Amino acid sequence: MMSTDNNDTKNTGSADENGQKGDILLEMRDVHIDGFSDEKWHHIVKGVDLTLRRGEVMGLIGESGAGKSTLGLAAMGFAQPGCKIVSGTIKFDGMELTKASENEKRALWGSRIAYVAQSAAASFNPAHRLIDQTVESTVNSGIRSLEEAQADARTLYASLQLPDAENIGDRYPHQVSGGQLQRMMTAMAMSSRPDLIIFDEPTTALDVTTQVEVLVAMRDIVERFNTAAIYITHDLAVVAQMADFIKVLRYGNEVEEAETRQMLTAPKEEYTKSLWSVRALTKPEETSDDVVIEIKNVDAAYGGSVKVLHDINIKLPRGRTVAVVGESGSGKSTTARVITGLLPPMTGEVQFNGEVLPKALKDRSKDQLQRIQMIYQMADTAMNPRHTIAEIIGRPLEFYHDLSGKAKQDRILELLHLIELDQTFYDRIPSELSGGQKQRVCIARALAAEPDVIICDEVTSALDQIVQEGILQLLLRLQRELGISYLFITHDIATVQAISDEIVVMYQGAVVEQGLKSEIMSPPYPEYTQLLLKSVPEMDPDWLTNLVDDRL
Amino acid sequence: MHPILGTVLQRILLGVVTLFFVSLIIFSAIEFLPGDFTQAVLGQAATEETVAAFRKELGLDQPAPVRYMEWIQAVMSGDLGTSFSGRNASGIDRSRSVVDLIEPRLWNTLFLAAMAAIVAVPLALFLGITAALYRNSVYDRVVNASTLTTISFPEFFVAYILILFMSQLWFDFPAIASVNAETPFWERVYKCILPALTMTLVIVAHMMRMTRAAIINLLASPYIEMARLKGISKSQVILRHALPNAWAPIATVIAFNLAYLVVGVVVVEVVFVYPGIGQLMVNSVTTRDIPVVQACALIFAATYIILNLIADIIGIVTNPRLLHPR
Amino acid sequence: MSQSNAYSATAEVGQLRERRSRWETIKLELRKAPISAWFGFIVIGCYLFVALFSPLLAPHGEAEIFKTPFAPWDAKHILGTDQIGRDVFSRLIYGATNTIGIALATTLLSFLIGGGLGLAAAITGGWLDQLLSRFVDVLMAIPSLIFALMLLTIFGSSIFSLICIIAVLDSTRVFRLTRSVAINVTVMDYVEAAKLRGEKLGWIMRREILPNIMPPLIAEFGLRFSFVFLTIAALSFLGLGIQPPTADWGSMVRDNASMIQFAKYDITAAMTPMIPAAAIALLTVAVNFVVDWFLHKTSGLNDEH
Repeated sequence: MMSTDNNDTKNTGSADENGQKGDILLEMRDVHIDGFSDEKWHHIVKGVDLTLRRGEVMGLIGESGAGKSTLGLAAMGFAQPGCKIVSGTIKFDGMELTKASENEKRALWGSRIAYVAQSAAASFNPAHRLIDQTVESTVNSGIRSLEEAQADARTLYASLQLPDAENIGDRYPHQVSGGQLQRMMTAMAMSSRPDLIIFDEPTTALDVTTQVEVLVAMRDIVERFNTAAIYITHDLAVVAQMADFIKVLRYGNEVEEAETRQMLTAPKEEYTKSLWSVRALTKPEETSDDVVIEIKNVDAAYGGSVKVLHDINIKLPRGRTVAVVGESGSGKSTTARVITGLLPPMTGEVQFNGEVLPKALKDRSKDQLQRIQMIYQMADTAMNPRHTIAEIIGRPLEFYHDLSGKAKQDRILELLHLIELDQTFYDRIPSELSGGQKQRVCIARALAAEPDVIICDEVTSALDQIVQEGILQLLLRLQRELGISYLFITHDIATVQAISDEIVVMYQGAVVEQGLKSEIMSPPYPEYTQLLLKSVPEMDPDWLTNLVDDRL
Repeated sequence: MHPILGTVLQRILLGVVTLFFVSLIIFSAIEFLPGDFTQAVLGQAATEETVAAFRKELGLDQPAPVRYMEWIQAVMSGDLGTSFSGRNASGIDRSRSVVDLIEPRLWNTLFLAAMAAIVAVPLALFLGITAALYRNSVYDRVVNASTLTTISFPEFFVAYILILFMSQLWFDFPAIASVNAETPFWERVYKCILPALTMTLVIVAHMMRMTRAAIINLLASPYIEMARLKGISKSQVILRHALPNAWAPIATVIAFNLAYLVVGVVVVEVVFVYPGIGQLMVNSVTTRDIPVVQACALIFAATYIILNLIADIIGIVTNPRLLHPR
Repeated sequence: MSQSNAYSATAEVGQLRERRSRWETIKLELRKAPISAWFGFIVIGCYLFVALFSPLLAPHGEAEIFKTPFAPWDAKHILGTDQIGRDVFSRLIYGATNTIGIALATTLLSFLIGGGLGLAAAITGGWLDQLLSRFVDVLMAIPSLIFALMLLTIFGSSIFSLICIIAVLDSTRVFRLTRSVAINVTVMDYVEAAKLRGEKLGWIMRREILPNIMPPLIAEFGLRFSFVFLTIAALSFLGLGIQPPTADWGSMVRDNASMIQFAKYDITAAMTPMIPAAAIALLTVAVNFVVDWFLHKTSGLNDEH
């Protein structure tokens, strides 16, 4: 058994004795993977090659549907339920995984290849202590004795900057925070000192300030043990910090592969260039004294008891964009609910064009409702799956403007044109549209009301970057043409750069500061703004290193 | 105090409150009877005095809340009132106390239910878990189709099929389960074979399907996939990773089906003329003997509530989130 | 492979499907349906046909009494006669109308009550939801057959009270399901968007919520129907449901149950109680097969692979 000869080499904790750095560890040739959905088999990965040497970190990036996670799992010889590896070869350290038996692969998993999942909270078994889960496969495969493995786990916890490393392992998964769990999972992966770790979007679910700590911890430990890794993500800036070289996937095909710095500075393919461009989108800031919405001294609470907003003051100038930034739980979305009347404030008021709006939705007039529209983060759930696009866009037309028949139909086509879609979309249903198209229809629905203000609640967060850019450009164009004001809620600083005139920073239900984009984005910063801005990964591969140096 | 104790106490309190409302509903059954029901019980020839005396005995001259308090106090001290049957117009009262009627029959019913449960519960869990593990195999499909068919059968159909083959055509098992207090244990078991088998078949079908669904649901959790990706063997994934999280759903399945067993007993007892509480209830409904019906309903409901309560508590005490609070 | 096409919104790959009318989709789905579902559809179709045209199909009257009780199977009485000399075959056919009709009426009533209240509770929330939910909890704490028996004691066994009692008891389950699926829909952003637009409650309910909760409710209708059907059959079997002389499968089993003891001498005699019982079983099996297929279709679960 492999575990026995691993025993002595592994104890030293170095991959070098297992093979030289630079030896080929994983080699995938012409891998095809199919997935079953909608009663049919579809091609998910269409013939990708991949070579990974010992001690190297490869970044695997692409939009949703690019097949990056499927490919990552295939590197373990694993196909998710509903998927199958159709053809190609996957050689791990000389062993052909496509032909290996379940038992042979199982002997590799958790000892020589480890996996770090996106949702640590769901991937830890709630019934067992963290340390027991950390060392489980190490002890099972006989790499270390229980005592050794546990002592080693505590050392790993410490090097991953987990608090109270001696005892934190005695806790249960629900007793530690999300960022800690993610580091815990890295410790679990590292426990057996594997040759290869697959990181599958490990920081996607985390806030930016937490993400930094996790990234630092993961990078250091991978470097220290000279482990090879595949880092799967959709975030270019993150992958730039982690990877030695990057492979870009699209629709199951490889677009381009290059060393990280080269990829960032001189991408070859059009598609790769376009991925970068969203970061380049900027808007010259403008301001105005003509305030369309003003939130004055608003306090709000859920259920009349848990206070979530404290003395909020925000001004939205006409025809401009105010970006509200903050992490989850900062009260950004609650602020939107107060403005729309869904959550009547306890104290304070919302003024619209100088008039005080009734606090509750039901007391507002049709005219007031029409003038403030909202676009949601998840376009999927914002449209009734059983209505056609024409019905979705047409409803505000008949509801607010009493349009019907030909007039309504013409206006719908006009709106479709405005959002850069054509008449073929008229009688489709939402499930037949891509994510970006859905969000466009939601924009058209808001436009149909002919509003003064549109509240955009994280409208681009669920979209791929290239699609984000399209949506942001559309929003900017509409603002220029129609003079609409946006209250743009987001946690993504790049988006803020691209679209805002003014910025409001929120933290724990209070406004930290409001001002012009250039003022907020340059020193002097309040402490929290600084932390938030510094935590946003940049496209510079040295960003994380510099940040760590700064902090020391 | 450990927070889990608080949660358990809360749940028990909720059970008591439910039981209170249920007793209220059962008590008010008598309120909805037509006004002249006393006449019907005593017969047309009853004199006004006997009627008045009967109404007084029932406490109908007192306001309902007072009567409820007296009734519930009596129930708690084990007095379930007196049966309506055995009364007549002359005022001679040959009625028996409800407790005397119910007690021997309750034991009979519990005996039958226990007999079915001892076979059904382990069998159903085994079938359900194996069907979930070998999902979509031939075995799974066969078990699935046959249980789907069985749950679609009325209990009496299952019972008569068994009687037809096991008692008439092929074997000679007793089709009538006549037992009394003196029946020796093994003879009792022998006589109860067909009714117990009927209930076992019905219960196994229900329970197996629920177990299968619960296990499949559990196996779809991300932490099970993670365990597989950690290279843990199939048996270890089940024993170490799935089972500790499976107690709550399994307890719910068992409680649900035991409760079903207690209720399903009604039809089966009638088919096999088994002197249990279910048959007593059916007879009392026919004769509109309200005190007996109330008592039976109360017993059935209490069993039902208590079983579900136990399942909930098992779910609470095996939940790691509650067991190890932050 | 190079992806040099410039970005355009229309060119994004959505999940384009062939455009089909609803009827075409249904036909396509039916063609793919497994044998069990087909079997279910055919059986249900036959039962409905018999139930609708029973007076035309039955050779004799529903309560017509002939001279010989327990007559054997012959040309005049295909399935013989029962204990007081009524034609079993004819009563079986009339029983379809009565048993299915009553179960269907009960299920519809139960959906009217449970569905309506469940929807109301889900949408309005607050104290109405709390009150109804707690009330339903209490009602469901009493096993429904037992509850039905108790209520039948009070109100007596007429068809009307039978329908009402079972419908009310069964509506608790419909209420729970409707409420939970409707709550899943009411938290959707598109419902919030409709509220923000200023839509009336009725419009939201009709246009936004109902179309999205129909599939689980249709499946539940099948399940509830078979449950109600079995409950009524059980009550009739106990002599507390549908009362003579109305022909009904449950009471037919009860009335002729004793004939099973002649199985050794004349197997056809033993069939007299078995046939109506089998008729009940066959319909429930058929409904369950169809529901099973439908649930599998609409839940979007593909656990085949």
